[in-house]
Amino acid sequence: MDFSYTEEQQALQDSLRRFLTKEYDFEKRKHISRSAVGHSADHWKQLAEMGVLGLGIPEAYGGMNGSPVDTMLIMESFGRALVLEPYLPTVVLGAGLVRDVGSEAQKQALLTPIAMGELLMAFAHYEQGSRYALEHVATTAKRDGDGYVLSGAKSLVLSGAQAGKLIVSARTSGGARDRTGVSLFLVDRGAPGVSHHGYVTQDGGRAAEVKLSNVRVGADALLGQEGAALPVIERAVDLAIAALCAEAVGAMDALLETTREYLKTRKQFGVPIGKFQVLQHRMADMLIATEQARSMAMVAAVKVQSEDAAERRRMVSSAKALVGQSARYVGQQAVQLHGGMGVTDELSAAHLFKRLTVINTLFGDADHHLALVSDGLLVA
Amino acid sequence: MDLNDTAEQQAFRREVRAFLAAELPPALSHKVQHRQRLGKEDTILWQGILHKRGWGAPGWPKSFGGTGWSAIEQHIFEEEAADAGAPRQLDFGLRMVAPVIMAFGNKAQQERFLPRILSGEDWWCQGYSEPGAGSDLASLRTRAERKGQHYVVNGQKAWTTLGQHADWIFCLVRTSTEGRPQEGISFLLIDMKSPGITVRPTIMLDGEHEVNETYFDDVEVPVENLVGEENRGWTYAKFLLGHERTGLANVGQWKRLLKRLEQVARRETASSGRPLIEDARFRDKLAQLKVDLLALEVTLLRVLSAEAKDAKKGLGPVASVLKIKGTEIGQAIFELTMQACGHDALAYLPEALEPGYSGPRVGGEHAAAAAGDYFNMRKLSIFGGSNEIQRNIISQMLLGL
Ligand SMILES: Cc1cc2nc3c(=O)[nH]c(=O)nc-3n(C[C@H](O)[C@H](O)[C@H](O)COP(=O)(O)OP(=O)(O)OC[C@H]3O[C@@H](n4cnc5c(N)ncnc54)[C@H](O)[C@@H]3O)c2cc1C
Ligand SMILES: Cc1cc2nc3c(=O)[nH]c(=O)nc-3n(C[C@H](O)[C@H](O)[C@H](O)COP(=O)(O)OP(=O)(O)OC[C@H]3O[C@@H](n4cnc5c(N)ncnc54)[C@H](O)[C@@H]3O)c2cc1C
Repeated sequence: MDFSYTEEQQALQDSLRRFLTKEYDFEKRKHISRSAVGHSADHWKQLAEMGVLGLGIPEAYGGMNGSPVDTMLIMESFGRALVLEPYLPTVVLGAGLVRDVGSEAQKQALLTPIAMGELLMAFAHYEQGSRYALEHVATTAKRDGDGYVLSGAKSLVLSGAQAGKLIVSARTSGGARDRTGVSLFLVDRGAPGVSHHGYVTQDGGRAAEVKLSNVRVGADALLGQEGAALPVIERAVDLAIAALCAEAVGAMDALLETTREYLKTRKQFGVPIGKFQVLQHRMADMLIATEQARSMAMVAAVKVQSEDAAERRRMVSSAKALVGQSARYVGQQAVQLHGGMGVTDELSAAHLFKRLTVINTLFGDADHHLALVSDGLLVA
Repeated sequence: MDLNDTAEQQAFRREVRAFLAAELPPALSHKVQHRQRLGKEDTILWQGILHKRGWGAPGWPKSFGGTGWSAIEQHIFEEEAADAGAPRQLDFGLRMVAPVIMAFGNKAQQERFLPRILSGEDWWCQGYSEPGAGSDLASLRTRAERKGQHYVVNGQKAWTTLGQHADWIFCLVRTSTEGRPQEGISFLLIDMKSPGITVRPTIMLDGEHEVNETYFDDVEVPVENLVGEENRGWTYAKFLLGHERTGLANVGQWKRLLKRLEQVARRETASSGRPLIEDARFRDKLAQLKVDLLALEVTLLRVLSAEAKDAKKGLGPVASVLKIKGTEIGQAIFELTMQACGHDALAYLPEALEPGYSGPRVGGEHAAAAAGDYFNMRKLSIFGGSNEIQRNIISQMLLGL
């Protein structure tokens, strides 16, 4: 057993943290969040230059062939700094899917531009009424000569209004919740028939509702095998969940730090409020919750690489459940310990809390994943 | 022992219901039920309607133009009003400053201020907290120096809720620095239009403007606006806080919101594809909240009944029990409502909270307010004396620790 990082991993994390401390402080972050696109092209370029965007991409396409453990390091740093740049949709989900099931031509066309910071991607999967069920796909793809015609609507597509390319799930056969018959397609966001309504999310990020009305794509738009995408989607989502777990741990670390500082400096009744034992114990519990979450983020990063899909899903769900619970506790308590200041827009605590709330909801909340683990007990 | 309404209480409930059915404007109720934004005019409109019926001040004695209702009758009224989707009456005037003016103010103050609170003509806000004086309220530093027939006030108040709309502010100010910090505090009524007052918004984490910073720069306040005696303000302030905390139990509002959550759970789809209400795990959480709220309601009624027997005593430290449970249950309802909305709660669409909005939405109509409400309501366990402070009060005053 070995929980240590390699020298390269350590170096990558150090330089990323230095970069974020210098270039991505809370005020800058606020400014970026309020800009029209909601992320900064400059920072994106710099992340590309540091090799961060190509991390999970094979070397043949200009990447570094990194593992989910590398992604964990990056996401943890992003979590601390509340980074808004669309790493999850573009790199983890977008590049991940193309890397895993793309044809040689698709890899060539997409992976290098992603690694270079020239292409943003979005994964358009969830739909109204699906909640967190990955198999729920009502969007249809009908064969039309050589290609397909896509129709349907996708909800909460992260970066859906910013991305150049969408990866859209659609049914080539079967009923709305069948495990087979789901396929993935690469669609230009600007293609005729694609419309979107972009909005800001609760954490200051960006998402969109995307409509597809008779969108015509060629045979080369099919990503992976026709009708066999569900296991591919499940794996991609597990990778995204592992990344989010790490991001949550980074955000919890930051909250612990800022709350601890606050307790040491804020005075009431003539003493720093950190002298009150009830607050000391609360922070002790927050630290325990964060450490438990850190362990589970590691479990997720390692087990998401498991060949055994059932084991992978069980471990990733266990991690998401616990991380979600910790995120909720640490977030709520950090706000509480900041008193009135905690519920204002001014301090980073409130924003970290909001991001943690969003992370808990994305790809299934703690209750959802606990239910998956729990239901799994019946099958054993 | 009998937990049912008496015959008189039943009759009273029917009367209240009939009034609400006839007089509560449907458009206003719609706004409340759908958690759309309420404006100042909405609160004033409703206060005017209540006033016309003689019900402007459910908690006041008849001698001051109130209803003279018992605590239980007030509770019935509040419950029915909340259920019908009436906006909350503004606490600052009716429930906070008015009882202080009645108990400690002079006749001239009572005649001048109380009728305008009753009619809704004056909007009050509360100037207690300061940047350096939150939980430790007695450390407040806003000064009032007596110069002839005026106090000259200098300092800064924080967190003045809805101060942007206010005509008057009731303030705790320091009139002496001698003795214990509690001893040199006075209770002043200040006209918000006085020269030297500046109000600056503090934006909350959900993006809303609800609280303010209020600055006093050589503000002249006539001495007749001092309530009671100079340097005795702390006593009045403590008296007031007891009134604030029963309001924070909020049973009527939580009942309505829990009912709404149940409807949301029937409309939303679980991951299984079935209605969310059929998901046993979710339903258990809903059931738990119902049980907790019932217990709170009965606890509140016990407290109110006891108070009714001995009104002079006031609520005292048991108000802290109601404040803690009331705010925790409220927060849990908002959290579960957000959870019920799933992804759809993640879109930040504040414009969808405006009445008449017809633009794009994400999910059902109820989703637009869900996350913002959850974020915003973290305040419940912080303001009005944080829940930690309430627990300190319980352990010291009720347990003698
Ligand atoms: C089954 C059992 C086996 C044991 N075996 C051994 C043994 O083999 N050898 C041995 O030497 N001892 C043994 N102990 C003793 C054990 O170490 C003590 O019980 C323990 O240290 C607690 O002390 P106490 O019981 O006097 O409780 P107290 O110290 O009186 O504590 C009472 C309560 O007050 C709390 N408390 C105390 N101080 C603080 C503080 N500063 N802040 C917050 N809360 C506080 C405690 O957490 C506890 O809840 C054993 C005890 C038990 C129950
Ligand atoms: C939305 C909102 C509206 C408000 N409206 C008004 C208003 O209209 N008028 C007004 O005057 N004030 C208002 N307040 C202020 C409110 O009363 C204070 O925020 C509250 O008293 C807490 O003070 P603080 O924010 O300074 O927190 P602090 O006092 O700095 O507390 C920070 C943390 O320390 C804890 N703590 C402090 N002391 C102790 C202790 N002795 N033991 C254990 N824990 C402790 C607190 O519980 C909290 O968790 C409002 C506040 C909010 C958030």
